[in-house]
Amino acid sequence: MKKNLNHRKNAGNRLVELFNAYLLNHAHGLFSSLGRLTRTPFTSAMTVLVLAIAISLASSFYIVVANIQQLTGNLESSNQMSLFLHDNVTDAAGQKLAEQLQQNPSVGAVKFITKKQALDEFKANSGFSDALNALERNPLPSVIQVLPKNALESSEDIEKLMSDFKQFPQVDFVQVDMQWVARLQTIMLIASRGVTLVSVLLGFAVTFITGNTIRLELQSRQNEVFISKLVGATHSFIQRPFLYTGFWLGFIAGFLGWLIVTVMLLILETPVEKLSTLYNSSFDLLFLSFSEFILLLMISSVLAVVGSWVVLNYQLRQLKPQ
Amino acid sequence: MLKFEHVCKRYPDAGEALTDVSFHLQRGEMAFLTGRSGAGKSTLLKLIAMMEQCTRGTVSLDGQDISRISERKIPYMRRNLGLIFQDYKLLNDRTVFDNVALPLVVSGYNHQEVARRVRASLDKVGLLGKERKHPLALSGGEQQRVGIARAIVNKPKLILADEPTGNLDPDLSAEVMFMFEQFKQVGVTVLIASHDLELINHLGHRVLTLDKGHLIAS
Repeated sequence: MKKNLNHRKNAGNRLVELFNAYLLNHAHGLFSSLGRLTRTPFTSAMTVLVLAIAISLASSFYIVVANIQQLTGNLESSNQMSLFLHDNVTDAAGQKLAEQLQQNPSVGAVKFITKKQALDEFKANSGFSDALNALERNPLPSVIQVLPKNALESSEDIEKLMSDFKQFPQVDFVQVDMQWVARLQTIMLIASRGVTLVSVLLGFAVTFITGNTIRLELQSRQNEVFISKLVGATHSFIQRPFLYTGFWLGFIAGFLGWLIVTVMLLILETPVEKLSTLYNSSFDLLFLSFSEFILLLMISSVLAVVGSWVVLNYQLRQLKPQ
Repeated sequence: MLKFEHVCKRYPDAGEALTDVSFHLQRGEMAFLTGRSGAGKSTLLKLIAMMEQCTRGTVSLDGQDISRISERKIPYMRRNLGLIFQDYKLLNDRTVFDNVALPLVVSGYNHQEVARRVRASLDKVGLLGKERKHPLALSGGEQQRVGIARAIVNKPKLILADEPTGNLDPDLSAEVMFMFEQFKQVGVTVLIASHDLELINHLGHRVLTLDKGHLIAS
C-alpha cells in the first residue's frame, strides 16, 4: 500500500517535472530564437523589413479608407430634395410655396431658405466671405428643402415627387441629394472591399515570406535537426524554436509596420490639418488606435507562425537522418 | 534484447542490402558487427535505429516490434538507444555540456537532473571539467568520448556504435573499447560495427559477420 502510494507520488512528481521542463523549454525557445535572429542581423533585418513593408501597406490602405469614411460617414443617406427657385421669386412667395408643399401627403418636413440665409451660410462655411462681399448682388437662389415622409422609398416614388415639384412655375430645378451620397457611399464600399482583398493578398505574402525564411533556417540547421531526431526528439520539440523564430519575425514586423504607418500619418498630419482649416472644417486625421495596434501585432504574429508551421510540418517529414 | 528474424531489406534502386538475417543479442551482451564495406552493416544499424524499415521479417527491441513502428512512436523508442557515430555527430556551436544534455532535454528532464546526469556521464568517459569547452576545441579522441557520454546519459538499454574507432589511433581505440566493456558489465547491450579485425579478435567477443547481405557467422 505504502509502496503503491510512493509509486503514485513518484509518477506525479515526474509529471510535474515534465511540465516544468516543458515550460522551461518553451521559455528557452522563445528567447534563444530571438538571440539566434540577432546573430544574423543582416538577414533577419531584411526579412523583417520586407514583412513590415507588406504589413504597413495593408494597414495604410486600411487607415486611408477609415479616414475617408470618417469624412463621409456623417453624410446620411437621405432622400432630401432641394428645390431651387427662380431668381425672381420673392421670399414671401417662396415661404407660401413651402407651406403649400407641406400639405402634400408624401412630404415630411419642409424648410425654406431665403437667398440671404443661403448667402450667410455659404459665407460662414466656405471661407470665401471676402470674395462674396465683393459681389454686387447675391448670386444664390432661394431653396426649399423637402424631406419625403418615408426616408428611403423606391426611386420611382422619388421620381414622381420630383416631376410633381417641377410643375410649379416658381421652381427652377429639383435635385435629389441622395444620388451623390449614394454614389459616394458605393465608391467607399468598393474601396474598402478592395482594401480587404489587397490585405488578404499581403497577408498571404507575410505567410509565404516567413515560411520561406523558416525553410532556409531549417536547412542551415539540418545537422541539429538530424541529431535531435536521433536522440529521440519529437517533431513538436524540434519545430518549437523554429515556430518561435517565425513568431518573432511576425511580431517585430507587425511593430515595425505600425511604426511605418504612424510615421507616414505624422508626416501627412500637418498638410491635412492645413487643408482642413482651408475648408473651415475640423477634420482630425485618424491614427491606428491602441486596439488596432494590438490586433495588427496579433495578426502579423499569427500569420507568420502559420506560415512557419505549414513549412515545418512538411519539411520535417522530409528530413530523415542519414 | 535485440532480435532479428528473417530480416530482408531491399532498396528500390540498389537491390537487396540484407537477405534473411536472423540473430539474437541477450541483455548485457557485447557483439561486433563486421564485414566489408557494402556488406550491409550500415543498413542493419539503420534498421535498429529506426532510420529505415525492413522489407520483410521483424526487428524487435526489448520485446517490442520496431520494424513496423509508427512515425509518431519512433522518438520515444529511440530514447532506449544510445547511438555512437564514426564522425561523432556533435553540435559544434554548443558546449560539451549542452551536447551531452541533448537526449535529456529532449526527454523533458528538469535542470538539476540534467546537470547531475551529464556530470556523471562525463565523469564516466573522463571528461569532467571540460563541460564548458566546444567540441572543436577538443581532440578527436575527446570528441568521440563526448559522443559516448551523450549516448549513455539517457541510460539506454542498447548502445549502437558505427565504426566508433574509425578515426582514432590504436591506443585511443583500445580505451574506447574498454569503456564499452564497462557498459556491458552494468547490463547494457552493446553492438559495435567495425572492420578493425585485429582489435575485434583481441577482445574476443561475439562477432556477427555480414557478406553481401547474408549473415555468415554469428
